[in-house]
Amino acid sequence: MRDVAIIASAQAVNTATTTATPVEMLIPVVNQVLANAGMARSDIGFWCHGSCDYMTGQPFSFVSAVDALGAWPPIIESHVEADGAFALYEAWMKIQTGEVDTALVFGNGRSSSGDINRILTLQLDPYVVGPLWPDDRSIAAMQARACLEAGVITERAMAQIAARNHHNALTNPVALRRGEHSVEQLLAAPLVASPLRELDCPAHSDGVTAVIIAAGDRARSLRARPAWIRGIDHRIESQNLGNRSMTTLPSAVIAAQKAGVANDKIDVAELHAPYTHQELLLTAALGLGESTSINPSGGALCANPMMSAGLARFAEAAARIMDGSADRALGHASSGPWLQQNLVCVLEGE
Amino acid sequence: MSGGTTEYTIADDGSFTAPLELFYPYKRTVGPLLSRFLTGLREHRIEGTLGSDGRVHVPPAEFDPMTGEPLSEWAEVSSTGTIVTWSWQPSPVEGNTLQHPFAWALIALDGANTNLLHAVDAGSADAIRTGMRVQARWATEPVGSITDIECFELVPESAA
Repeated sequence: MRDVAIIASAQAVNTATTTATPVEMLIPVVNQVLANAGMARSDIGFWCHGSCDYMTGQPFSFVSAVDALGAWPPIIESHVEADGAFALYEAWMKIQTGEVDTALVFGNGRSSSGDINRILTLQLDPYVVGPLWPDDRSIAAMQARACLEAGVITERAMAQIAARNHHNALTNPVALRRGEHSVEQLLAAPLVASPLRELDCPAHSDGVTAVIIAAGDRARSLRARPAWIRGIDHRIESQNLGNRSMTTLPSAVIAAQKAGVANDKIDVAELHAPYTHQELLLTAALGLGESTSINPSGGALCANPMMSAGLARFAEAAARIMDGSADRALGHASSGPWLQQNLVCVLEGE
Repeated sequence: MSGGTTEYTIADDGSFTAPLELFYPYKRTVGPLLSRFLTGLREHRIEGTLGSDGRVHVPPAEFDPMTGEPLSEWAEVSSTGTIVTWSWQPSPVEGNTLQHPFAWALIALDGANTNLLHAVDAGSADAIRTGMRVQARWATEPVGSITDIECFELVPESAA
């Protein structure tokens, strides 16, 4: 296996809405990540993009995104119809083939183009679930209630998650939502989709994340302290909600094992948990304990740009390694209802 | 409802925003298993497939979750079942079978080993609890769709 590290990242400031096109959103972030790495476009061996046509309401919208990269002289480019974190997984594999040494990975989404709760309905079974039009919050709320009634979590623990993430986001300049809230204040808030309250739900946003990864000595020449990818694994639950555990995440457990999470202590974990109860489920599934700082960025509760929020978790985890404040970090990305997909990445300093 | 627009607006920078509604007016075949399941609903019959471990999957699983083998044995289940979990939908959206506040629920139909997602016409969030018994209310004009079950309704405690 080739050693591969994250050596730079950049994120757009998340907004509730924008009139910018996807290309207009991408260009400044692509330029910024190149500047952060001290690289030129010609230094990039592979470009990999994560986005979703359902966000923009345009077929093949990723093709126009190449305008933000510059396609001449010819570039090697790929796209996943998924969060940019899954594009990072593809780019990591591309570097493993030996064909390239560097890759620029980016994910972007404009959630405000449509009603995001309704757009997310389209990821459900199109024959026996989709025609009923259950929205994203309602689906998540059923999982939350099952966890509450099974005694796996409590409403107070959910409120503590909301309070901590919104507090942490005070120091995150790209977050959409932030603030100080007491647990009592949060528990007194009205239910928006029983048993969920507004701040149990993600802050859907328009955003962009870009990350550069590089192999071996190339990474060392570009960054004093690269964030080395020591393990990365992707596992998926059944698409059938009626045949899934509502209180455990078997796929996240396996992904954590395969990525080697438990091999040493994790200083920082950035979890892509759109709902408060899901952070509690993930923390348990990944085996994270008291010594791990979870979501210093505020996580997806405070900015959930579709197709970019997972890659943002990787960028935030890597930043803690690169600035020397952590030695071992975990980045997690998910997609689908009830954290159907789980991508776990262990990052280490040298 | 967040996002989307039905309005024509001009932002401070002069950019014009207008509604765009995409639709996909296609027809598609659902394959042999779902054809039987969905046409069964038209006749008020709920059927599932039998897995290699004896579990009955409703809606039908096309492939055995344990072995990956195609499934072909059928079992009819009841149109009455038990609420496994639920959430409250205070403001129904376009496409929901009910247009007043209702509950979403996963329902374990009697005879099934998996849970069916559907709407429950419970009246208010105070009236519904996990473990309650529910029964299907059929649509007046069935077409062969999951919406042929208009929703589930609470079975009165005395009857349950």
